[in-house]
Amino acid sequence: MSSTTLVPTGAPNDDHTRTLTVPKNRRTARPKLPGQKAFSPLRVAAFVVLALLAIGWLLPFLWAVATAFKTETDAASGDPGWIGATGPTIEAFVAILSQGNVYIWAWNSLWTALAVTLITLTISALAAYAFSRLDFTGRKWLFVVIIASIVVPPQVLIIPLFYEMLAFNLIDTHWGLILPQVVAPAMVFILKRFFDAVPIELEEAARVDGASRLRVFWSIVLPLSRPILASVAIFVFIGAWNNFLWPFLVINDTTLMTLPVGLQTVISAYGVQYAQVMAQAVLAALPLIIVFLIFQKQIVKGVATSGFGGQ
Amino acid sequence: MTATATTTRAIVTGGASDFRPRRTGSREQLISWAFLAPFLIAFVLFLAWPIIHGIYLSFTDQSLTGAGGGFVGFANYAEALTDPIMWQSMGNTVWFTLLSTVPLIVVALLMAALVDRGLPGQWLWRLSFFMPYLLASTVISQIWVWIFNPQIGAANNILKFFGLEPLAWLQNPETNMLSIVIATVWWTVGFNFLLYLAAMQNIPPQQYEAASLDGAGAWRQFWSITLPQLGPATVLILILQILASLKLFDQAYQMLGGVASDTTRSIVQYIYEAGFVSYRFGYSAAISYVFFALIVIIGVAQALITRRKKEQ
Repeated sequence: MSSTTLVPTGAPNDDHTRTLTVPKNRRTARPKLPGQKAFSPLRVAAFVVLALLAIGWLLPFLWAVATAFKTETDAASGDPGWIGATGPTIEAFVAILSQGNVYIWAWNSLWTALAVTLITLTISALAAYAFSRLDFTGRKWLFVVIIASIVVPPQVLIIPLFYEMLAFNLIDTHWGLILPQVVAPAMVFILKRFFDAVPIELEEAARVDGASRLRVFWSIVLPLSRPILASVAIFVFIGAWNNFLWPFLVINDTTLMTLPVGLQTVISAYGVQYAQVMAQAVLAALPLIIVFLIFQKQIVKGVATSGFGGQ
Repeated sequence: MTATATTTRAIVTGGASDFRPRRTGSREQLISWAFLAPFLIAFVLFLAWPIIHGIYLSFTDQSLTGAGGGFVGFANYAEALTDPIMWQSMGNTVWFTLLSTVPLIVVALLMAALVDRGLPGQWLWRLSFFMPYLLASTVISQIWVWIFNPQIGAANNILKFFGLEPLAWLQNPETNMLSIVIATVWWTVGFNFLLYLAAMQNIPPQQYEAASLDGAGAWRQFWSITLPQLGPATVLILILQILASLKLFDQAYQMLGGVASDTTRSIVQYIYEAGFVSYRFGYSAAISYVFFALIVIIGVAQALITRRKKEQ
């Protein structure tokens, strides 16, 4: 337990960032190899194919944006131009935002997704720590049971879960929406593997100094695990924010709906108003696009590390 | 480094973990269960118990309205296995899985291979390919319903541009599944793209340097270095993709406006219809377990294949 065996505090983090992230511009940062030209024909061809693919992938969304800025008449005219005959207008956005419910749905989506993320992260990290560091009877078989449960598709459980929510009186409540989403066995697996890689010497030193398990977990393990916790959190949040089937089943009250479910009801109500429908789509997409632009690195890392559990 | 390399490998292969024997005190037992309790309570309430209760429900004629609930033995399973709509939904689901999996892997591989070349504009490529994955099913369904609109949609404008006959897309039973596949590839390929990109960037750059010194070009390097090392990643992506495709519901349901179509009804949609449209909870639970059996068979097949590969 001599302190000379201690690995520098940053080490586990750095290691993980190195192996589990997608290093930005690694190839470009690499020194030029002999004989490698900046403008080889193959490189130019690759660039052209890539650009065409990217345009193809952006087009549907750009069309939606263009339509959202048209008048209803222009949108329904079938004219493929980017700007409608009457010129660009924001009347579709005004119409959507003046209806009120969109704000409530956005708020419901935000707080339920945050609640799912926070609860999932807390209970998964605590359990993962126990599996990684503590010894107790039945540790191995319990872990096997939890790993095996990763294969259970949530869609298979909608009937018994709905029945259970009826019994708990949680139908048409946000807790009924949140609670069934917090069990994420795959995240326990991912976090346990991470905790396994954190050098135990740091904890043992703290334990010798009289720190309790909870204190060690809180002050040593969690701060060291920040990158993986962020990855898991982002991954869980995107899943909860976009979840459709369960919120669709459990919520009937319009004021309790999340964005995906609420928007679905509006389309059924006036499906022919294309500009408004596209304005809605753009508004609903905007928050996550902004989140992506800000947290691009962490999201890319989150998918690379947590992709195993996301389905 | 070794520990994290194992982590990555374990995530890819789902390998067994390392359990070192330690001294066990009763105090440590108590602390352990305290750490585990919150997760275990949620696990039992929202996963373990529903699985067990679902099996029970599948042997009853329980209705959503509260009526019924009597034990009916294997009647629900017998009905499910002879129900033509059940088989049709199963067929549609498998058909969708076959149609969507190939492009979702090939296109993702192509995207990742190109982005991995380190061409300028990295953030733009990632944004373009991955952004659709961030959108809710409702949003992508709205966009694609509009694109596939036979009168004013962009899809027919493109066909017209190439001098082709316009299609009815979602309205035509012969093309509606194809339309859903196109929308799905656009929507979710970015996820596989990122998994492939991560796998490619784990290949040590020294290998490329050595190959380059030996005079191997970019094309040769891709075939001889990159592709052979993507084996484990491809197995992982393939399995995740098959499992994800089999759960088809959200976009298919919403793109057809909630209308049940014989050519697009997936098995999850049939579970939903049996339970929440026909109110037959018992029957719906039985179909759920037929579907679950299919998933377990695929999971076991995958485990056997990976094990055989490891032994070789």
